Amino acid sequence: MSPASTAMQSADAATSPPAAGASARVVLETRKLCLSFGALQVTRNVDFQLRAGERHALIGSNGAGKSTLVNLLAGALQPQSGDILLEGERINKLAPFQRVRRGLVRTFQITALFGEMTPLDSVALAVCQANGAGLSFVGASAAHAGAVDEAAEILRTVGLLEHARDETRFMAYGHQRLLEIALALACRPRVLLLDEPAAGVPMAESRRLFQTLAELPDELTILLIEHDMKLVFQFASRISVLAEGALLAQGTPQEIARDERVRQSYLGHSHA
Amino acid sequence: MNGGAEYLREQRRWHWAEIVFWLLVPAAWFVFPGYLVLGTQILIAALFALSLDLVMGYAGIVTLGHAAFFGIGAYTAGKLGQQGWTEPLSGLFIAAAAAAFIAALTARLVCRGNDLSRLMITLGLGMLLYEVANKAASLTGGLDGMLDIVIAPLFGTFEFDMWGRTAYVYSAVCLFLGFLLARHLVRQPFGLALHAVRLNPLRSGAIGIDNTRALSRIYILSAAMAGVAGGLLAQTNQFVAIDVLSFQRSADVATMLIIGGLGQLYGGLVGATGFLVAQDSLAAVNPVYWQFWLGLVLILVVLFVRGGVVAVVRRMAQRLGRRMQRRQP
Repeated sequence: MSPASTAMQSADAATSPPAAGASARVVLETRKLCLSFGALQVTRNVDFQLRAGERHALIGSNGAGKSTLVNLLAGALQPQSGDILLEGERINKLAPFQRVRRGLVRTFQITALFGEMTPLDSVALAVCQANGAGLSFVGASAAHAGAVDEAAEILRTVGLLEHARDETRFMAYGHQRLLEIALALACRPRVLLLDEPAAGVPMAESRRLFQTLAELPDELTILLIEHDMKLVFQFASRISVLAEGALLAQGTPQEIARDERVRQSYLGHSHA
Repeated sequence: MNGGAEYLREQRRWHWAEIVFWLLVPAAWFVFPGYLVLGTQILIAALFALSLDLVMGYAGIVTLGHAAFFGIGAYTAGKLGQQGWTEPLSGLFIAAAAAAFIAALTARLVCRGNDLSRLMITLGLGMLLYEVANKAASLTGGLDGMLDIVIAPLFGTFEFDMWGRTAYVYSAVCLFLGFLLARHLVRQPFGLALHAVRLNPLRSGAIGIDNTRALSRIYILSAAMAGVAGGLLAQTNQFVAIDVLSFQRSADVATMLIIGGLGQLYGGLVGATGFLVAQDSLAAVNPVYWQFWLGLVLILVVLFVRGGVVAVVRRMAQRLGRRMQRRQP
């Protein structure tokens, strides 16, 4: 039996985080979202809602369309049809940086950092952008100094303060994954899209990473893509399952664990 | 950590080697009084290379048409002098504004594309302006160049003499001010943003940076600086040749910057000095084949001097520093 299956079967017994109430307002929503690459339909009529303060996991097998959905939400890809709404505002046409400025921030499945910069400079830059002082020619010095202090605090939060002045490209992979999260946090997100934050991270550092995520403020809404079902069921208050680009099921961890379609689709017929 | 201000002060502090470098500029005035005309050419080329460093070294915009802005600056300052606007400082300011204006018109075209399209657009822009200058001979003098430029004494006192004394000091001050501006900018969040866009545009967009806007701003600013360099050339020579807009000039300044080192502020300055001194010396030895040696140097630098001369000197200094630290008990 696969670890995913074990995790799902033990979900009933697990103490899942409290779900954001069904009455909580919807902060991010997709309506009939579709995207194809040639004949291959990678996102099929996805109707998806993310509620304020929710810890929401997006699961599915490889190629199910999870990262594509994150790319659509973040603006790296444009949908062929359907809508994306952030706090009720249609954001289909907004560039990624405009979505970030509205509080929709992402991390990358494949680490995407500024290799020749230090974590302190990278995070301070993100803070400056969030403060609106990013592209000023003059008068940004005071804001920059404040941003450096704030960046140091964020790096402390994720456990990277001692590496603040290292060159990013020479940092350990696990530390780079933490820096991904630090950069996202520096953008002051209201909705955080985490695309496999622990991918390739050794077990000990993965625990540290999820501990960091668990300590994030309750008001922050998080969408997590993750393959480690144990972590997913510990972290998420709601889970959505994607299969072949379509939304297969949505519910609490317990509901998902009991869902026969999810078992058949995600675990394969031999595990059903 | 409450040391943000201290951290930035430390980053912005002048290194003693920088101070020594800048002291060489007035020192050259005394040591080589017979070479002030060449010195002025070097200072102007250094300012031009510095402007290219901002756009190519820091922002990563590969351009083969930066002479367009140099030429616009030169023709603007020259035309003003020819038409009776002889005050040099305001002439420089207008030259910068004219170059910045053309850059603003073309910024989105250049900054939205990829490296190849940028290369082609900047090259095309340079060629286009060259032909405009060639055809508009009544305005520019065409292939014969712009003559009869009159420049009043600087501050009404310092005449532009044939030994190049005023021109040297004037150009040196302009270069230093341009350098101060560039040094300030690259250490601001704006400079970090440019660095970030060059390193990883996908990620820079994902932390809220408007990549196109950041690139457009530095492109326009760099054009203004190139315009000042061109204006200086027109004012100090009191003549504008059409080659201010030529592809050769764009290629030369790129060569200077690559030899000196991209994205290090001093790269263009060192590269311009090396290039023009080598050109002067090699041309004296053999006026026909000097470009052969220059080409060879360029190939060797790219192959063996990683990051250019300034980067190599910096690495050697760091190595020496570490060795000396180890020797201390």
